[in-house]
Amino acid sequence: MRYLLVEDNQELAEAVVNRLALDGHAVDHAASLAEAEDCLAVAQYDLILLDVMLPDGDGRDFLARSRAHLETPVIVLTARSQVSDRVGALDQGADDYITKPFDFSELEARCRAVLRRRGGEARNEIHLGDAVFDPLAGNLRFGAETIDLRNREIRLLEVFARHKGQILSKSQLMDRLFSYDAEVTENAIEVYVGRLRRRIDGMGVRIETVRGLGYRMETTEA
Amino acid sequence: MTGTASIGRRLTLLLAGVAALLSVLSWWMVTGLARQAAERTQDNVLAASVTTIAETLRSEQGEVRLELPYSAFSMLGAISEDRVFYRVATGDTFLTGYDDLPVPTEQISSGGRVIFDTGVYSGEEVRMATVSRLVLAGTQPVSVKVTVAQTRGGVASISAELSQLAAFLSVAFFLVAVSLSAFAARTSLKPLNEIAAAVSRRGPSDLRPLRRAAPTELAPLMTSLNRLMDRLGQSIRSAEDFIAEAAHRIRTPLATVRAQAEIALRSAKDEDQKQRLRQMIRAVDESSRSAGQLLDHATVVYRSDDLVRTPITLSDLVRQTVAGLEPTAAMKDIRLQVEMMEGKVQVDPVLMDNALRNVLDNAIKYSPPETDVTIAVSAGDSEIRIAVSDQGAGLGDGPVDMLTQRFQRGTNTQGVVGSGLGLTIAKDVLVAHGGRLELETLEGNKGTCATLVLPSS
Repeated sequence: MRYLLVEDNQELAEAVVNRLALDGHAVDHAASLAEAEDCLAVAQYDLILLDVMLPDGDGRDFLARSRAHLETPVIVLTARSQVSDRVGALDQGADDYITKPFDFSELEARCRAVLRRRGGEARNEIHLGDAVFDPLAGNLRFGAETIDLRNREIRLLEVFARHKGQILSKSQLMDRLFSYDAEVTENAIEVYVGRLRRRIDGMGVRIETVRGLGYRMETTEA
Repeated sequence: MTGTASIGRRLTLLLAGVAALLSVLSWWMVTGLARQAAERTQDNVLAASVTTIAETLRSEQGEVRLELPYSAFSMLGAISEDRVFYRVATGDTFLTGYDDLPVPTEQISSGGRVIFDTGVYSGEEVRMATVSRLVLAGTQPVSVKVTVAQTRGGVASISAELSQLAAFLSVAFFLVAVSLSAFAARTSLKPLNEIAAAVSRRGPSDLRPLRRAAPTELAPLMTSLNRLMDRLGQSIRSAEDFIAEAAHRIRTPLATVRAQAEIALRSAKDEDQKQRLRQMIRAVDESSRSAGQLLDHATVVYRSDDLVRTPITLSDLVRQTVAGLEPTAAMKDIRLQVEMMEGKVQVDPVLMDNALRNVLDNAIKYSPPETDVTIAVSAGDSEIRIAVSDQGAGLGDGPVDMLTQRFQRGTNTQGVVGSGLGLTIAKDVLVAHGGRLELETLEGNKGTCATLVLPSS
């Protein structure tokens, strides 16, 4: 997926770019509306993350202006949280909004929800052994069978799929899977991994336990 | 009358007072004139009558003689049915008529001038006309005094009749004047009322200047009203800009802190360090959430005073709010199940969305992962109920009423970020719409049910 992040705060932008890059997304960063225009002129994006207050104008005005010719879904990042602002952002053509400061897991969940709602245009399916995993639709296709996964299973499988062959520690997986404030122990990861193993059983891909270090996904042929 | 009484009523009363005064004055004048006219008529006839009698006086063999002409009395009978008396005398000698009829004692010249007087005779008021004439009795000229008197019943009845007519006309005039003044007051105040209506019809945030034709007298009022609206709009805008700018200035660095802390959390190896980073993130969340809800609460309080009620389809509202929280729920694998009912409601959509979102957000927050939250919309006889049930730990054992008070949180909320304002906001919104928020722990402690109750419109 290719994202465009329009945000004038350099540190925040970097953090968001890094985080989204971890999930395998390519993110271009524009620090102003003018830069955003330039980016939009030369590249196709799957999703735009748009700050409201930018040095050269209001993000919502930009949205209202460009909505007519802009097909790309937009999530508004706003520090204004008043009810009327939320409604306003959606009225002006935003697909969703997220209030600063935000949880990365929530940002990601909202991106996923928006992309799923807009649906269809850009699929990034991942081949896992004999199965095809569609993280956006949240399902696994294996032969004629389509298995719907729960949200956490999807995210867990996505981490494994994007880091095939790498060892992932339990705490790495925890950070990826749970919002920081969920009081979970590492046992929870064992439960989810166990569940995911049963889901992908016999699909030519498995999750190995690396004693003392964590887990690793391997395709059977390899 | 107080200084703040209605201008319309004041104007009407003032004009009615003037009309009443004029009516009484005109009645009094008409009555007086009528009486005068009647009296003058009687005097003229009495004068003619007495003169006629006096002209028949003659002397015959040294004696004064007279013939009472019939016409002298018939002309008196022509104006009324009043009784007529007469008296003819020379000096102290009574000749004919009513001897005891009072006569003017003053010396009357014999020039034929008629003297009028008013007196009482046989218990009735009478008008008397007296004339004196010299008659030659033998060689001696004798002054003969002729008096004709008539009671005044006719004059009184004529003037009473006229006065009654005048009174009747005055009352009619008064009534017409009062209704005209009420009409005039209403008509001249109409532009003022129209302006008032136009202002009160407006929503709380509509501060556009008034553009309507107004009479010249109201132009200064309109101008100052528009100037006030303009200033109000400017100060609201600058307050909003300030809040937005302040929120932006505070929240953007907070967002950076949070993002960096989350990245640090990811790479931290030491459990102790991780715990500290989590606490840091929690503090950031706590402060930003409180700030957000305080602003929401202020919005609710501000808008509750003057609800912008719009007819909306309930299912659209619920669906939209639920869709907004779907990703949050998905993060915990919580399913949001909606049991919908079709129907329209008259509510402020911004506030209702806010109330429902707060209740739903609570349900999601306090639910264990992989459970269901049910949103059931149903309609009773007089109310519409939106019941949000979760499978969480229930409300705890504190008093339920306390939970909807500002900054109060339940007894079993440890470890969950919250400001203690969510349910207060929901309750305030519902109360403003004439509804209420019901909270209960489901039987067997199997969760909580929060119901948003709205009166059906």
